[in-house]
Amino acid sequence: MIADPLLLARAQFGLNIAFHILFPSITIALAWVLVYLRVRIGGGGDAWLAHAYRLWVKVFALSFALGVVSGITMSFQFGTNWPGFMNKAGNIAGPLLGYEVLTAFFLEATFLGVMLFGRDRVPGWMHTASAFLVAIGTSASAFWILALNSWMQTPRGFEIIDGQLHAADWWAVIFNPSFPYRLAHMMIASGLTAAFLIAGISALQLLRRPQFEPARRMLRVGIVIAAVLMPVQIMVGDLHGLNTLEHQPAKIAAIEGIWQTERGAPLLLFAMPNGKERRNDYAISIPRGASLILTHELDGELKGLNEFGDKHPPVMPVFWSFRVMVGVGVLMLALSWLGAWYLLRRREIPRRLLPGFAAMAFSGWVAVLAGWLTAEIGRQPYVVYGVITTAETASDVPAPYIALTLVSYLVVYTLLLISYMVVLTQLALKEADGNGHRQTSPAALQPAGAQGR
Amino acid sequence: MIAMQLDLPLIFMVLMGLAILAYVILDGFDLGVGILLPLATREEQDMMVASIGPFWDANETWLVLGVGILLVAFPHAHGVILSSLYLEVALMLIALILRGVAFEFRVKASGWHQEAWNRLFFVGSLGAAIAQGMMLAGVITGFREGVFFVAFRLLVGVGLAGGYALLGSTWLVIKTENDLRARALRWGIFAVTLTAAGVAAISLATPFVHGGIMEKWFSWPRFLWLAPLPLLTAAACAGILVSLIRLRRGSAQREWLPFVLSVWVFVFAFAGLAYSLFPYLVVDRITFREAAAARESLMFVFVGACVVLPVIVAYTVFSYRVFWGKARSLTYGE
Repeated sequence: MIADPLLLARAQFGLNIAFHILFPSITIALAWVLVYLRVRIGGGGDAWLAHAYRLWVKVFALSFALGVVSGITMSFQFGTNWPGFMNKAGNIAGPLLGYEVLTAFFLEATFLGVMLFGRDRVPGWMHTASAFLVAIGTSASAFWILALNSWMQTPRGFEIIDGQLHAADWWAVIFNPSFPYRLAHMMIASGLTAAFLIAGISALQLLRRPQFEPARRMLRVGIVIAAVLMPVQIMVGDLHGLNTLEHQPAKIAAIEGIWQTERGAPLLLFAMPNGKERRNDYAISIPRGASLILTHELDGELKGLNEFGDKHPPVMPVFWSFRVMVGVGVLMLALSWLGAWYLLRRREIPRRLLPGFAAMAFSGWVAVLAGWLTAEIGRQPYVVYGVITTAETASDVPAPYIALTLVSYLVVYTLLLISYMVVLTQLALKEADGNGHRQTSPAALQPAGAQGR
Repeated sequence: MIAMQLDLPLIFMVLMGLAILAYVILDGFDLGVGILLPLATREEQDMMVASIGPFWDANETWLVLGVGILLVAFPHAHGVILSSLYLEVALMLIALILRGVAFEFRVKASGWHQEAWNRLFFVGSLGAAIAQGMMLAGVITGFREGVFFVAFRLLVGVGLAGGYALLGSTWLVIKTENDLRARALRWGIFAVTLTAAGVAAISLATPFVHGGIMEKWFSWPRFLWLAPLPLLTAAACAGILVSLIRLRRGSAQREWLPFVLSVWVFVFAFAGLAYSLFPYLVVDRITFREAAAARESLMFVFVGACVVLPVIVAYTVFSYRVFWGKARSLTYGE
């Protein structure tokens, strides 16, 4: 149904928010890596630090710009695509977004200017402080937007007056039941995304120029972060899943492909959920696995989709996006621990592992997107779980308008994504070739720093 | 309790107005510089972008604050306005996306891509300016359709682009030197003429697209009280022209004057519009009181805004002071 305005509006918003999340999931953690590098440089560290900082601050600036422009688009699309959401839930969603703008956006945007271009103009400590404030800003932004997102998943602290939601208890709104888990899960996901990007790009540099010291060091930084965070993420993910089981059992039923309530539910490794006949085709499973993971008992009871009438999410996309996320996670765990093992034993990453890291440079993106699809499609058919359905909030903008703008966004975002990945690779290779900072480009027309931005 | 007496909807209406005004002026000069980009040589383009590089991001945040307040404080108008302006908003967003990323890509890409991103920088800046003008016109006319209204939207779109070019060129007069500054002076003279014509045309056309505005301006004795506004605007335009010509003749005094007067032109135009539209958010349909969010929500944000906004203003001033004086080429300080 290509002419269904609701589906088009969801596709458009989904496209935009999916494109957007790619960049914050890099910058939230990369900001802290830059703080670390900047502090070490300030303390008179080794020569490689300055090289590494120079490359990664460029990557940060580029990623940040892409995050900003797609974020602005999002702030408008709440109104253009979901006017009903703001009408009904604006009293709660509005202030949370308002605090994000006030406490995070201005802070990070203003001090980013100082951080990027103010190095000659402010004292060293002030420059370090600017990097720190940018990192605070990106993390604060994540705090508020995840508070809102979590509230949409597990709404608390509100009352309904004349069909509109009113905040009764702001503390309960912000610290709703799924918020701590989601915030932790996302912050660690950002750490992993940045870690694999750093490791991957550094591996690429080492393939071009073996023994390139800044890349050797940064590869190590990436692997250490990934190897430490990966098991923590698995633990947090498990807790997050238990939390979801408690508050959004329909989402868990879709994730596990459980059509009928059962005890000792199997863990499906592979299956094609069949929505028409409400069963799984071609299932390969571990007996009692799902019950064990989710209830920590072999014959624990799990609610099936049959308990929710037609108020449950579509099973296929939720089921598969979850498996993609876990699958990528397993690969990330294996590679980062293998790398860590070599670092501990041989103090060096063997050259034949480098293509693996390079191939996994953007693996964090895949996991983040898959996880996000699981969470948000898993929330359907509601926009605020159990309270407001998505269909109620759609706009009456004609379908052709939505289709036209959807195609425009798609073209622009595709162009930007390709440009981003190409430019990132070029920046890294240029740096490895040793002319990342010299005036070699077009007829020396660029003043020294134009390279910067 | 003082808190109980606060007229929160009115406070947020004023705050939203100020945020939009701040955006129009601050990102106005950024967009203006972008609009002027094709008129310069490659070297000059780098310097032009360098003059706005440290600021554009924070400047654009005022737009988010403006639409954020619309969303936070007036959720019942937010959806109506943004879905009525659906295509204009989409055009502006795509233009702002291209302009924003072009800052990065125009120096980080290689080969012919650099030139392509330079073009997109210009296209994005011009497109955003025109789209914003069309959005403004849509709000003034209450989103009515028809050939006449389309013409009015285009007029305001081009007029706003001219105004941004004025802000951009007078900004460059302050921030640049030598040949580029000389060019900026020339652009400024052209832009101020265009802006003055645009403001006049829009001011004359507005009462005809909307009867209520006619009534508000041309009834006696209101007309008398309001007369200073157009007169001040005309005086500011004349002042810009005179000071630009004096600077061109070699005077080095008060370089900042054309920019400051351009800001005043925007403030006056804004005041006129605010007077025309108040108290409506959606003309003749929704007032700001009808659209206001629940009191407890407004209070929650108000408390935060009282604490945070002064801090934001303080570090914004700090950032402009850090980059005070003539622009230097952008460098990460290596």
